[in-house]
Amino acid sequence: MSKVSKSVKDELKARQEATVYSLLAKITEALEKGVIELYNVEIESDELEVRLTPQQIPVVVTPPQVVTEAKPEVKAAYEVAKAVEVIAKKVVELVRIAFEEPKPQFSGRVVEVRLGASRKDGGSRDRVIVIGGHTMPAYYYLVGYKPPHPPAFGGDVFDMRIGLPRAVKLAFGDALDNPVEWARVWVEKYGAEAVDIHLISTDPIIKDASPEEAIKTVDAILQAVKVPVIVGGSGNPEKDVKVFKKVVEAFPSEGLTINSLNLDMKLEDVCPYIAKTNATVIDFSPMDLDKAEQINRKVYDWIPRERIVLDLNIGGIGYGTEYGFTAMERARLSALIGNELLQHPFNVGAANAWGAREAWITMDPYWGPKEVRGPLWETLTSLICLLAGADYYMLVHPLTVKTMKAVREYLFSEPKPREPEKALDWLSKSLPVI
Amino acid sequence: MPWKPPTPIEVYQLLPKTNCGRCGEANCMAFAVRLISLEVKLEDCPPLIEEERYRGSYEKLRGLLSPPIKEVVLRSPKRIVKIGGKYVLFRHELKYHNPTAIAVDVDDSMETEVIIKRVKMIEGFEYEYVGQKLKLDAIAVRSVTNDPKKFAKTVYTVAENSTLPLILCSTNPTVVEAALDVLNPPHHRPLIYAATKDNWREMAEIAKRFDVPLTITAPGDLDMLVSLAKTLSEDMELKELALDPGCLVGVGGLSYTIRAYSWLRYKAAYDLWRYAGYPLVGTPISVWAQMGGDLRDVMWWEAILAVMLMTRYADLIIVHSLDGWVLLPQVMWRFQLYTDPRKPVSVPPGLREIGKPDEMSPVLVTTNYALTYSLVLSDAEKAKVNAWLLVIDTEGLAVDVSVAGRKFTGDKVAETIKSTGLEKRVSHRVLIIPGKAARVSGEVEDMTKWRVLVGPTDSSEIGKWLEKNWTPEKIKELTGL
Ligand code: SF4
Repeated sequence: MSKVSKSVKDELKARQEATVYSLLAKITEALEKGVIELYNVEIESDELEVRLTPQQIPVVVTPPQVVTEAKPEVKAAYEVAKAVEVIAKKVVELVRIAFEEPKPQFSGRVVEVRLGASRKDGGSRDRVIVIGGHTMPAYYYLVGYKPPHPPAFGGDVFDMRIGLPRAVKLAFGDALDNPVEWARVWVEKYGAEAVDIHLISTDPIIKDASPEEAIKTVDAILQAVKVPVIVGGSGNPEKDVKVFKKVVEAFPSEGLTINSLNLDMKLEDVCPYIAKTNATVIDFSPMDLDKAEQINRKVYDWIPRERIVLDLNIGGIGYGTEYGFTAMERARLSALIGNELLQHPFNVGAANAWGAREAWITMDPYWGPKEVRGPLWETLTSLICLLAGADYYMLVHPLTVKTMKAVREYLFSEPKPREPEKALDWLSKSLPVI
Repeated sequence: MPWKPPTPIEVYQLLPKTNCGRCGEANCMAFAVRLISLEVKLEDCPPLIEEERYRGSYEKLRGLLSPPIKEVVLRSPKRIVKIGGKYVLFRHELKYHNPTAIAVDVDDSMETEVIIKRVKMIEGFEYEYVGQKLKLDAIAVRSVTNDPKKFAKTVYTVAENSTLPLILCSTNPTVVEAALDVLNPPHHRPLIYAATKDNWREMAEIAKRFDVPLTITAPGDLDMLVSLAKTLSEDMELKELALDPGCLVGVGGLSYTIRAYSWLRYKAAYDLWRYAGYPLVGTPISVWAQMGGDLRDVMWWEAILAVMLMTRYADLIIVHSLDGWVLLPQVMWRFQLYTDPRKPVSVPPGLREIGKPDEMSPVLVTTNYALTYSLVLSDAEKAKVNAWLLVIDTEGLAVDVSVAGRKFTGDKVAETIKSTGLEKRVSHRVLIIPGKAARVSGEVEDMTKWRVLVGPTDSSEIGKWLEKNWTPEKIKELTGL
C-alpha cells in the first residue's frame, strides 16, 4: 500500500471514528433521557475498523439494566450502540454500587455470667470477669452493635504433678511442682486472667485426696492470686459431687466457678449447696445439644440461669474440632433465635488440643519441633472456637494466652484498616526463602 | 433467605423418568432425592448428559441446582482445582463443598534452582491422616521484578516442573499477559490475581481473551470490590471471578478482614446477592509484608490467618511458609471443616498395630468412627504400649452410640476376628473392650468364645489400665500361658 493511499485511509478512518463518537454520544444522551431520534444510521461494520485502546474512548455506555425498561426505539438505539461498541472494542465505565451491610435478625440474648466476686460482692477478687450478653453471633461487625463482653483467658493448674508436654515444662519450670506457685506464675508472669485449678488428686484411682485437702489447695490459691478461680474436679462423678459440695461451702462468697457438672452426676447432691453460694457452674455436654438442654434444664431447678456456663467440648485440630465447632455454632444460633436452654456463654477446655498427636509427638524434622507445634495447636484450636463464639478459655500454654490476647485486641478494634493498600504489598515484595 | 434446593418433584419432572438405573439408584425419583441433598451430581445420570433431547432439561436442572457462590475452575494439564461452589453459610446447614485450596508462592526473582526446589516441595507435600493423604493444591507465581519476560520465564519453569494449577500474581497486565502467552490456555487455566480499581479494564480484557478466571481485589473498600464485580460480570461479561477484600492484620486490620469475609459470604449465601456470589481468595501471605521481626513470629501469624480465613469462608488461600508445622494444622483443619456433618467419618475396619505387638500383646477393641479410632490410637501410642487394635465396623458410630444402636455386637466382633486372622496373630484368647461397651461384654464372650475384659471408659487411661491389668501374672491367670 502506498503512502498516499494510507494517509487517505487514515483520514477516512478518523472521520468514521468521529461519526461513531458523535453517534455514541447521542445514543448515550438519548438513553439517559429515554428519548431518541436517529437518522441515517446505517453502519456497515466492516468499514469501522476502529483501532482504539480503551482509555482513548471518551464515551459512556450506559449499563444494560437501564435498557430493560427502555422504550422499543431506545432499545433499538442501544443495539446499535452495542454493535458499534463491539467494533470499537469494549468501552465500559465502572458502575458504582454500595456494599450494604446485611441485616441479620436475632431476638435471643445470651445471659451474662460473672466469674469471681470482688470485695463489694463479699469476695476477695481484685478482678472479676463477665462473659456473655451477646445478641448477635460472634464477630458480626454491624454498625452500632458492640459485642458486650470480650472473651477471657484463664491458666490451667493441676494440684499434683502430671505428665505435661515439654513445651509446658519449659514455660513453668519448677513451679509445676506447686499449684500455688504455678498459679502465681500464670497471673504475674504470663497474664492469665483467671486460674483453673484441677483437683485431680481427688480421683479415687489416683490419690483419692479428701475434700478437705482440696479445700486447702483452693484456699492457698485464693490467697496467692486475686483473679477469679475456677475449680475443676477429677472427672469421677461421685467424688466430684462430694468435692464440689465441700469447696463451695468453704468459700461461699468468692464467686468460684465449678468445672463441671454433667448428666452422670447426682446433681441433687451438689446443686442445692452451690445454689446457696455465689458460685457459678459449667454444665458439660460433649458435642451434644440435646444433652446440653437436658442438663441445663435440670440445673435450673436449683441454680439461676445467670450462673451457668456451657461447655460443649472441643478436640484439638485433627481430633474432633469440627464437632465442637459446629456444636457451638449451632448452639449459639439457636440461643439467639430464642432457645432459652442454650443461652449461655461457652467455656472451652483448650487443653484438649494437646490430645492431638501432632501437638506432642516427635515427628520427622520437616514437621518442626513439638515445642512449637504444641502451643500452635492449642492456639489454633482456640481461634476456631473463638469464631464460633467461645467466651472463656482454660489454657495450658502461656504462648496461647499471649496470642489470644493479641487476637482479642485486634478483633475488638474498630474494623478500619489504617493503610489498606498494604494488603497488596506481598504481591511484589521479595520474601525470605524458607 | 438462604439458598433452598428445589423439591424432589420439581427435579423428577426434569429427569428422563425412564428408571434405567444407570445412575446406581433404583429409579429417577430416588436419584432426584439424592440430587437435592447434593449427594450426587447431575452428571451421574448418563442419559441426561448424553442424549440431545434432554439438553433443555439438563440446563434447567443446572440452574435449579447452581450454588449461590459460583464455582470457579483452575486447571493444569494434570489437575483440576475447583473453588467456591458453596451453598451455605454454616456447615451444619448442609456441608461445605470444594475444600479451601491452599496455594504456596514462588516468585520471579528467585534463582531457577530455588524455584524448582520449592515447586518440588509444594508438589511433594503430603500428610497421612485417617487414611487420607492431605496435600497442597496450587502454586502462586508472583512477579517481584515486574519484568514480563522474567515472569513468563518463571511461569514456564514452574509449569514444566509441576502438575498443579497456577495463580498468576501481579497487578501489571503486561506481566500477566506475557505469562498467559506462555501457558497457552485452555491447556492451562490459571487464576489471575488481580484486577484492581486501576487496572481492571486491561485485566478483564486479558481474562476474557484467554478465557481464564480473574480475581478482583480492593483492599479496605467493599464498595469498590462489588462495583468491580458488577461491572466485570455484567458489562464485561466475565463469568468466572473471585473476590479478595484484602487481608490485613493488627489493630483495625484483623477485624476488618474477618468482617469483610463474613459479610461477603453472608450476602451471597443468605441474601443471595449475586455481586458477592464468587469464591473468596485470602492471602495469609500478606503477613510477610505487614510484619517485621522474628521469622517464626511471622510464620505463626501466617498459620493463624490461614486457619481463621479458612474458618471464615475463604475458598482459596495463598501462603508463603513451606514449613511443615505451619502447613500441617491448615491441611488438617481443612479436612475436618469440609467433612459432611450429616455423615460420621469412618476409617476402614480391620486389625492395626500399635507399637510393635507380638503374640502375647493385648488386643484392644474399638469402633471405626474416625475420631474414636484416632483418639484410641493416639492415647495408646502416647502411653507407649505395644498392642493390637481390632477396629469393628460400627458404620462410623462412636462406642456408646453404636452399643445403643446395636452396631457394636458380639456377632460383629466375632466376624472381625475371623476376617482379620487375629487368631493367628496372638496366642492368647483375651479381648479388651471399651468401658462404654461393658453392656455387651457377655454377648461378645458368647459369640467369640474369647475372654472379655472391660477396659477403661476413656482411652487416655489405656496406658495405666494395661500397666495394672496386663501383667505377666494376670496374663497367666487369664490364659494359663
Ligand atoms: S440414570 Fe438418570 S434416567 Fe436412569 S434412573 Fe438414574 S436418574 Fe433416572
